[in-house]
Amino acid sequence: MLEVSRLTTRYGAISALRDADLHVGSGEVVGLIGPNGAGKTTLLGSIAGLLSPAAGSVTFEGADITGRSPEKLLRLGVALVPEHRRIFGDLTVEENLKIGGITQSRDERAELLHDMGERFPVLREKRTVAAGYLSGGESQQLAIARALMSKPRLLMMDEPSLGLAPVLVDVVFELIETLRSQGRTLLVVEQNATRMLEVADRAYVLRSGEVVAEGTGADLRARPDLFDTFVGGNGQ
Amino acid sequence: MTELLQNLIDGLGRGSIYALLALGVAVIFGVMHLLNFAHGELITVSGYVAFWTINEGWSWYLVTPVIIGTAIVTSLVIERVAFSRVRGSSDFTLLLTSFGVHFVVSAIFLLYVSASVKTFSEPGWVADTFPVGSLNVEVYDAVVIGVTLVTLLGTSWLVQRTMFGLALRAAAADFDTARLMGVRSDTVIRGAFALSGLLAGIAGVFWLMRSGHTTPTVGITPMLKGVLAALIGGLGSLRGAVLGGFVLGLAEVLLRSRLPDSVASLTEGFVFLMIALLFIFRPQGLIRVAHAERV
Repeated sequence: MLEVSRLTTRYGAISALRDADLHVGSGEVVGLIGPNGAGKTTLLGSIAGLLSPAAGSVTFEGADITGRSPEKLLRLGVALVPEHRRIFGDLTVEENLKIGGITQSRDERAELLHDMGERFPVLREKRTVAAGYLSGGESQQLAIARALMSKPRLLMMDEPSLGLAPVLVDVVFELIETLRSQGRTLLVVEQNATRMLEVADRAYVLRSGEVVAEGTGADLRARPDLFDTFVGGNGQ
Repeated sequence: MTELLQNLIDGLGRGSIYALLALGVAVIFGVMHLLNFAHGELITVSGYVAFWTINEGWSWYLVTPVIIGTAIVTSLVIERVAFSRVRGSSDFTLLLTSFGVHFVVSAIFLLYVSASVKTFSEPGWVADTFPVGSLNVEVYDAVVIGVTLVTLLGTSWLVQRTMFGLALRAAAADFDTARLMGVRSDTVIRGAFALSGLLAGIAGVFWLMRSGHTTPTVGITPMLKGVLAALIGGLGSLRGAVLGGFVLGLAEVLLRSRLPDSVASLTEGFVFLMIALLFIFRPQGLIRVAHAERV
């Protein structure tokens, strides 16, 4: 479904990502793990169109989408829940969700809004509240629900558990589990490598801007050279 | 008491026009962080359209929609020709570009039309008044205040209740994230320029109706009033811009009528002094905007 080939992205003279190769099959849940500054966010940003890659290509369902704008990619079915959630704090919860569904027809948007209310009761309860007043866990749910409003075929999430209390981290991973059981295709950046490998079919390990390993949870855990990824990075 | 009420009505009339201009400045600043010093060019172009059409014998009823349409189209053309090329550049580049647009438009009229003042006749009712109790209300002020009220309500509906308005607010808060949600940057930015043009067009009709003349630099004063009012209100805040417009209009009228005759001609100076004081004590303007800087 998604094929990333030799992707390189630079900030000025610094290559934040070098020659990254990655693929995600339809219905797969793929993790991207590695320490801070490894290039995980850069990789997602380059796929989603927020950053322009200097070299390499991104193919989605057979079409070359390298360097396309985020608004075009969203219409093709690629959605990103950005790092730090980036909720529109001055808009209400419902308005945030509506923005997520801006590409849908009026009727479809209403239906999706109803679905999100069923799936995330707290969002329905607080739908008229300015989203800036939500707790960390609530705003993470809003960020994910907002992305789901576009009916994405590939949903990418950047650090969905970051900054959440342990009990809320559980909620996020349960949600990933649920999305997985619905057959959704997910590409998730997580510092919490141990938890991620439990829910992912496969994962890629990034370090200093390069993909250094790929495999199932069992494969990766068996590699002594990656020990620090699980313990050093952010074991929680 | 009567005099104060009279001042209030005059100030509201003047403030209405400033509010429309400031709102146009604030809408653009909100979505692309451009402090648009070319906003007055919409009035300049409208002024020549008024000059050409009215001297052809067109009535103001016909000229009004033509002016508004001209302002909208001019706003979109300026976006296409100038601002779309510097989208995403630093705020300073955008600011300089807007000065550039101002000079180029003035120069076009200076070179290809004339440097001299071009006059056209105002509508007959502009100077008419009608009595309300002990007050004498100008028909002009009543029309300006009424139309502005309707325009502000319409704008508020557009911004608060439509998907376009939602996209505009989301883009103003966080442009990148709005694009990730599928908000088209072209749609939002062009929409903002069209809205800004519409508001400037309405303000322009009122401005020109009263002044009855145009020059290549006729847009400077309305532009300054609009930018100042937007600054007073707190840049980027739409409510603030409207509030700033009315505050500026009322301040001008009250100062002019209250100052002793010998210094009344210095009203502008006193207004600027008050604005300077406001920024010393409240640099963020009357209404604070959380996202005043782009992240």
